[in-house]
Amino acid sequence: MRLLRERFGSYAVTAPFAIVLAFPFYWMLWTAFKTDQDLYNVENVPFKFQQGSPTTRNFTFLFESTQFPTWLGNTLIVGAIVVVITLVLALPAAYALARLSGAWGQSLGVAIFLTYLVPPTLLFLPLSRVVAEIGLQDRLASLILVYPSFTVPFATWLLMGFFKTIPRELEDAAQVDGASRLRTLRSVVFPISIPGILTVVIFSFSLVVNEFVYSLTFISGSTEKTISTGLYTELIRGDIYFWQALMAATLIPCIPLALLYNVFLNRFIAGFTGGAFR
Amino acid sequence: MEAATVAGPRQRRWHDVFEGRRFLASILIAPAVVFIFVLVGGPLFLAVYMSMTDATAGELSGKFVGFDNFVNAWDDPVFRTALRNTLLFTIISQIVVLISAGLLAHALVRPFRGRWFLRLLILLPWAAPIPLGAIAWLWIYDSLFSVVNWTLVHDILPGGGSFYLYKVVNAVTPWTVEPFNPPQWLGDPTLALGAVISVHAWRVIPFAVVIFLAGLASIPNEVNDAAKVDGATGLKKFWYVSLPLQLPIATVALLFGIVFTATDMVVVYILTRGGPFNSSQMLTTWAYQTGVNGGSLGEGAAISLYLLPVLFVVAVLMLRFARKVEVS
Repeated sequence: MRLLRERFGSYAVTAPFAIVLAFPFYWMLWTAFKTDQDLYNVENVPFKFQQGSPTTRNFTFLFESTQFPTWLGNTLIVGAIVVVITLVLALPAAYALARLSGAWGQSLGVAIFLTYLVPPTLLFLPLSRVVAEIGLQDRLASLILVYPSFTVPFATWLLMGFFKTIPRELEDAAQVDGASRLRTLRSVVFPISIPGILTVVIFSFSLVVNEFVYSLTFISGSTEKTISTGLYTELIRGDIYFWQALMAATLIPCIPLALLYNVFLNRFIAGFTGGAFR
Repeated sequence: MEAATVAGPRQRRWHDVFEGRRFLASILIAPAVVFIFVLVGGPLFLAVYMSMTDATAGELSGKFVGFDNFVNAWDDPVFRTALRNTLLFTIISQIVVLISAGLLAHALVRPFRGRWFLRLLILLPWAAPIPLGAIAWLWIYDSLFSVVNWTLVHDILPGGGSFYLYKVVNAVTPWTVEPFNPPQWLGDPTLALGAVISVHAWRVIPFAVVIFLAGLASIPNEVNDAAKVDGATGLKKFWYVSLPLQLPIATVALLFGIVFTATDMVVVYILTRGGPFNSSQMLTTWAYQTGVNGGSLGEGAAISLYLLPVLFVVAVLMLRFARKVEVS
């Protein structure tokens, strides 16, 4: 009886929240397949398809008549390069902070992490001037240069958490067997860290897709935009909206990200809290 | 050291350098530290410098004007609104997030049928890039085709049950919904602020749930067993066992939440751009408007620097907290 009540309680709490939290995604999906006649008619029931819906015309429009493919490509380019820069800088730093430098390393680790708290909204004005001064305005390079400023502290912190979970004995054993420290890193530490590194890749990439303020300030040419600003600034013009195409465009990046997040969720938690509570 | 005896004399020196812990550590850490110092420390310093000059768009340096920008910003009524909104936005959304995430984590920690699916739905907003999620909400809160309004004022029961949600709202809540003049979610000053808060909470709740779940999972089974033996169940167990053990991790979630809410610009900018009539301006959007659209870089920088005390307090608390965890 108590078990039954407890179960019911779980549904009573989670179901309403699940409906509200997931509703925008349902609505993106629904809207993306509607025709103009169906969507812009106040007499129509919005939860039904009628007057030519469902249609895939909105997706065709999005990919053939807007610069969405360009923005998607730009996002992928910026994301990929930023992730590489982040790994090059954060991997060695995180390892060293977790392993090699004791209490001093702990404080430095926390200090690096605190810089993650300094928000873009505080830095975008001076950075916009610097970007203009060195001639990077309106170029993807400006984003590639600036984005690691928040991905590196974040990634260093996550990786630090992961490296701390690798038993030190494993490395000691390799060294007793005659491996140098560099070799130990290459053939013992690196292989076990791959899941942690993948987690960092995904979450750093997602930070890039989420960034809005720098992109909005640095880039105004429509061919150099990323999806985070392109949709809002180019597909919403005054009173002319392309709601179906907009919803299709928001849906497309959400699907792969949602899947990846679910796969890597547990590792994210381990790394994020591991840095602080171990 | 074993490696060194095997290697030849020339290689040995090379190895010795890399076996030296201090040296290797510095080499590994330095690039990241230098990069962060240049790209975070540099602009932060520049922001402080700019805020004390009359720099405008097109030039980095201006005449030194001391604290004039801070005073001017403070005297502007829009700034006061923005400051008030930032406080309301941060406090209310954090309260909503903490309560919702606490409830959800508590419900999700027990296994039940379909849990993975409900968890998936609840975590969805976290995976969606917020500039895109906010656009979806812009559509949901549309002035003419808002699905929320449609649901409020139409008979939603199949077969004409004459059940109208707005009647429930009018009867139960202090608000009144007129069916032929439905709420303008983004066009009314109070509602606009509420809409912005709700969307931000929507985005942060999943993240807080994740952190809370990690906190609950870290409570050892022995503690739960001991509580059971001592007869602590339900609310009592929550208050005396789960809550105190979860407090550290909840504090971390809260501190993060405060920073990311107070300094967030995306949600407000996309939903209202600070409107209608500056009624939903935040410090961040007002700094953007003054600095980028208005071209007063100095004053814009000054406005955004009013956020610095919040960051400072949170940073100090986090450092304290980190030390405490280390000691225990």
